[in-house]
Amino acid sequence: MMQRRTLLQAAGSLGLWSLAGCAIDSMGTAGARAPAKARVLVVGGGYGGATAAKYVRLFSDQKIDVTLVEPDAAFVSCPISNLVLGGSKSLADITTPYTALARKHGVRVVRDTVASIDPAKKVAVLASGPTIAYDKLILSPGIDLMWDTITGLRAAQAEGRILQAWKAGPETLALRRQLEAMPDGGVYAITIPVAPYRCPPGPYERACQVASYFKATKPRSKVLILDANPDVTSKGPLFKKVWAEQYPGMVEYRGQHNAFAVDARTNTVRFEIQDDIKADVLNVLPAMRAGAIAVQTGLANANARWCNVHFLSFESTAAKDIHVLGDSVQSAPAMPKSGHMANNHGKAAAAAIVAELSGWEINPAPMLTNTCYSFTDARNVIHVASVHEYVAAERTFKAVAGSGGVSPGPTEQEGQYAWNWARTIWADTLL
Amino acid sequence: MRLHPPSALKPLAAVMLIAAALPGAAQDASALRQTALAATCANCHGTQGRAVEGAAVPGLAGMPARYMVEQLKAFKSGARPATVMHQLAKGFNDAQIEQIAGYFAAQRK
Repeated sequence: MMQRRTLLQAAGSLGLWSLAGCAIDSMGTAGARAPAKARVLVVGGGYGGATAAKYVRLFSDQKIDVTLVEPDAAFVSCPISNLVLGGSKSLADITTPYTALARKHGVRVVRDTVASIDPAKKVAVLASGPTIAYDKLILSPGIDLMWDTITGLRAAQAEGRILQAWKAGPETLALRRQLEAMPDGGVYAITIPVAPYRCPPGPYERACQVASYFKATKPRSKVLILDANPDVTSKGPLFKKVWAEQYPGMVEYRGQHNAFAVDARTNTVRFEIQDDIKADVLNVLPAMRAGAIAVQTGLANANARWCNVHFLSFESTAAKDIHVLGDSVQSAPAMPKSGHMANNHGKAAAAAIVAELSGWEINPAPMLTNTCYSFTDARNVIHVASVHEYVAAERTFKAVAGSGGVSPGPTEQEGQYAWNWARTIWADTLL
Repeated sequence: MRLHPPSALKPLAAVMLIAAALPGAAQDASALRQTALAATCANCHGTQGRAVEGAAVPGLAGMPARYMVEQLKAFKSGARPATVMHQLAKGFNDAQIEQIAGYFAAQRK
């Protein structure tokens, strides 16, 4: 029933596009298509994909047709979702519908998933059946969690016992409920995989948010950070100072803790070298890789996990006319897997695609920015910022020498800027 | 139905003043580059420089170009204190700052 409705909605929203026939149509006219009739298909409506969809429309003066395929009706932000765990924000506060992309920008939003992509024929097949042909495909599938890298985790997660809540949504609320149900004097433990993973400072911010909640309501409780990395991977000195000064005796950081198994029955996590640890609430983050559709399409050509791209256009090195964005990308030096960075990927790729489809040279010197705010409690915030320039000789982005940096320490002023950042980037991506 | 005028026209007009001698296609390509460069500011200051309601940072649309160049250079030199803008401004060279300022000056508030 749902699938049939989705199909009908898809057919309606695609307007004049013949769903079944457009694959043949595209092949028959490939190369002869005027730029004004170019069709861009965006897969995945996160910070990368939704931004790219909107900005292809803006940069092309609404001349290029854009279809966005996204399974969810609304976008739930991972940035700020730690505040839902801390209790100062609700899920509604971090949710934005996709409707404005269609209404204001003329993006055809199709609520579905892509089952397969044929890079040679330049078509994508939706899970509900129809085929969509493209001139350019923008793939922004986010991350997949590699459940099977930790024995027992897939089942424990499916049972709702050991949660990740790294993809914000219902699981964020489920983890919040586990924290609420935990008695005072209990232990919350978060495990962190070896970098790279989505949102480098995210686990440390989460530790702060859980500690902030405990401090107010369950002051005898503990927060254990069990990190597979040798040390804090982002804003290290700042986080360590916050833990020591704001949450003394409550937050404990332990590096070199690489989890390989969990036991959901006893809520125990096992490590390669260190002793087993039992916690009241276990929050296990397994290793991550590019979203399944990217892997399945053969684009994850960096350690079979991430997607190498030509950074001038974000075109995959494995498939022509497929541009990969966001966390799925094999990162350039000092480029974090962040929502802000994915949004900037979306704009850079949109500009390159509009140039290419218009017959113009792609900008030889694109720029990217990143600003990443972390809430150390409900109001105080620290940041890390960077600016990235394309270095032609090395064919990659590098941080501009002398730019970027971190906060001196948490402040409420930065808290206001952080919330402003969130509201603005949601609007910049989706409205 | 459309809420904003076509996005490419205003930056195009701005660039035409600077680059009137360039052939048509290059003008379009350079307008696109300028628009994309300025879009790196939009994450915090709003799409096309239009801030969200009740924003804690200034909207940039319609800001006079000379003022914006001065402010970005003051962030860069440290003359104007900031939480993050001094770190970001240092990532852009003077030519890029001129381009960014020219783009936002041409945007409707």
